[in-house]
Amino acid sequence: MARVMVIYTHPGQRFSRANVAMAKAAAGVDDITFVDLYAEYPRHDINVEKEQARLLAHDVIVFQFPVFWYSSPSLLKEWQDLVLQYGFAYGHDGKALVGKTLMLAVTAGGPEDAYRKGGYQQHALRDFLVPFQQTAGLCGMKFAPPFALYGALGAKPEEEIATHASAYAALLTAIRDDACDLEDDGKAVVQASTLSKRIKG
Amino acid sequence: MSEFLLLAFIFLIAGVIAVPIASRLGLGSVLGYLIAGIVIAPLLATLGVDVISIQHFAEFGVVMMLFLVGLELEPRMLWSMRAKLLGLGGLQVAGTTILVTAIAMAFGQPWTIALAIGMVLALSSTAIVLQTLNEKGLMRSDGGQSSFSVLLFQDIAVIPMLAFIPLLAMPELMDVAHGAADAAHGDAHGGGHGDSHGDGHGDDHGDGHGMNLSLVDGLNGWQTTLVTVGAIGAVVLLGNYLTRPIFRFIAMAGLRELFVATALLFVVGIALLMMAVGLSPALGTFLAGVVLANSEYRHELESDIDPFRGLLLGLFFITVGAAIDFELLFGNIGSVLGMTVGLILLKAFVLLVLAYIFKLQGADKWLFGLGLAQAGEFGFVLLSFTTANQVIPQSVADQLLLVVALSMLLTPLLFILYERVIAPKFANDQQAEADVIDEPGDIIIAGHGRVGGIVNRMLRAAGYTTTVLDYSASQLEMLRSFGFKIFFGDATRADLLHAAGIEKAKLLVIAIDGKEQINTLVHYVRQNHPHVPIVARAVDRQHVYDLYAAGVREIIRETFDSSVRMGRSAYEVLGMHAFEAELLAKKFAEDDRHIIAVLAELHDPDIPASENQAYVERSKELMEEREAQIFGKGNAFAVEKNTGWTPPGQKIEQE
Repeated sequence: MARVMVIYTHPGQRFSRANVAMAKAAAGVDDITFVDLYAEYPRHDINVEKEQARLLAHDVIVFQFPVFWYSSPSLLKEWQDLVLQYGFAYGHDGKALVGKTLMLAVTAGGPEDAYRKGGYQQHALRDFLVPFQQTAGLCGMKFAPPFALYGALGAKPEEEIATHASAYAALLTAIRDDACDLEDDGKAVVQASTLSKRIKG
Repeated sequence: MSEFLLLAFIFLIAGVIAVPIASRLGLGSVLGYLIAGIVIAPLLATLGVDVISIQHFAEFGVVMMLFLVGLELEPRMLWSMRAKLLGLGGLQVAGTTILVTAIAMAFGQPWTIALAIGMVLALSSTAIVLQTLNEKGLMRSDGGQSSFSVLLFQDIAVIPMLAFIPLLAMPELMDVAHGAADAAHGDAHGGGHGDSHGDGHGDDHGDGHGMNLSLVDGLNGWQTTLVTVGAIGAVVLLGNYLTRPIFRFIAMAGLRELFVATALLFVVGIALLMMAVGLSPALGTFLAGVVLANSEYRHELESDIDPFRGLLLGLFFITVGAAIDFELLFGNIGSVLGMTVGLILLKAFVLLVLAYIFKLQGADKWLFGLGLAQAGEFGFVLLSFTTANQVIPQSVADQLLLVVALSMLLTPLLFILYERVIAPKFANDQQAEADVIDEPGDIIIAGHGRVGGIVNRMLRAAGYTTTVLDYSASQLEMLRSFGFKIFFGDATRADLLHAAGIEKAKLLVIAIDGKEQINTLVHYVRQNHPHVPIVARAVDRQHVYDLYAAGVREIIRETFDSSVRMGRSAYEVLGMHAFEAELLAKKFAEDDRHIIAVLAELHDPDIPASENQAYVERSKELMEEREAQIFGKGNAFAVEKNTGWTPPGQKIEQE
């Protein structure tokens, strides 16, 4: 049994459909920790000690966020800047996170075919997520393949979003139960449609 | 009826004309009233008015004043004053009595008369001193507190004096008095005095010929003690347990005058009870005031009683002025003036010696020494009591009455001397002294209460040195012991600001309470030290405009930020996402500040808001927008609030 913590950041939840549905699904999974970071720190006054203690108490950390300007919402960046301290997360004595796993659960506004050479985003989605991958690497964490929803802005609540949200819950449950293959080839993005291949049993 | 109205008219118009003029000239209200009294004295004499009996009535103002003083004084503070009360007060009364007695004996008076004179003149004027200290904001200073201690002790000392004086009665004087009584009646100046003094004060102290309400007549020593202690206990119990339900009951009627009536009833009732057991009514109501100092009805009582106190004290001062017998004065001008000046010098000497012993510093020493150097209204009481008991012959008493009245008349002048000459001198000294210790360019924080205390803590925490001005002593003493630069006193006083180094200040934080005081301070500093940056506390919206017009730009409304936070908490409790609540609250605060800034620019303190065309139009516009927000019409707020994130490529859904 893995100890899973979802750190969810979304500054405009009133207007969110995909992420709110995902957050609701994640919060419904038993025996994992779900954190709405904007609710906990509406004034960006992050409690570093508390966050570090929470990190120590979990094995798998999931960052759930919508991709804004090819990165995370600003509070998650602030969180990384403050919580992943030298001497805690990296550096000579910074071994606190070694062996843990970091996974991203992101939503992208554009459709899948925009994220390729020649598409209007020019790069694969994973290219934009390289900073997170290297962050995990520097901290000695394993980086699991990101769980992504493309075309989130156009997705229909009753169809794609509902499917993605329940797949998200299934993914988190499988990770919790050590029943999920988190092996990363450096290229793959897991989607609702391809999730079943990774879940054992 | 018309006679009463005429009399009221004369007293009122005298006060209304004289007091503002005196205040304008910087003489203080007391001197204004006294002068008014002197001016109308001939008119009152023509009308055959009994000034002295009016004075007895007006003395009730002193009782009310002590009640109000008590309200300001928590039991804890009174307890911490006990050493001063007994030490300073006891030594002042004893020392002055002994010296005056000795001098009177040196002038050939028998020891009984001399001792009675000593006791009469040892007492100071509670009415004048407290009124003046309050008016000048000196009540909380060390000198003011010491003065108050002495006055309170004197008030207590009157009771044993009243018991003791009859024992001094001289058999030979008694005989003369019987023969002289008729003559005294016909006497030009004795006509008003002799008789009415005796009667009036007799009533006051429970041994009169009229109503006799005494509860202790015919009881022996321990019974009297028991009744007296019982009465004090009743006052304390009443204050602690009965006022709340009574005031709640009165509040149900919802009539303001009932509150006033209840407050008056309260004071009058306690005064009666105290007289009935032979205690000073002023002392009793003072005690009741202390008991109620923590009550939530304190301010209600204060504002109800205060106008009566002011009017009665004013009336009292007028009667003191009117009762000065100029015929007698000019007949004995040399001796009366000599005695008055001698008395003031003697009393000041005793007080200054005590100030030295009790380590009063600088200006406070002189405030204490000069402030209490007069004889007072209790002197009148004791004088009439002594003549009634045949202790002091009428002719001596009449001269002493003049001395008492003249010394009271001179007291406001002594306060002016203190304020104009002595206090500034010491303010300079303190400044010079302070310069040696601290580097120049300090931060001055005026007011160290709920607001200033926090600002001070923040500045100290960031490593700044601050100078704090306040007159709530208890907390400041603690701060002072940590080596903070603290000045006791009213921050709106120029000399205190000077002492704090306003000339070289790099910042003035105005955190005192009360619109008027804040405005006074702002105007003074803007005018005399325009280079000093000000961060000012504003009481409300209108006050922001005033401060803006005065040239202040850092204006903080004292409750605005906390109210916005309360609104934000309400959003959160209602289930709004914390980050959205934060954005909404921020947006609201921004809007509100924007409106205030726009209107402050248009506001002109010289034009009433209703006649300021630009202001009226703009505020109408803004109010309409505001109403749309409040009543949910329109959606300016709903759209703008979402500065956090809006999805691209689609119109925002509008509710």
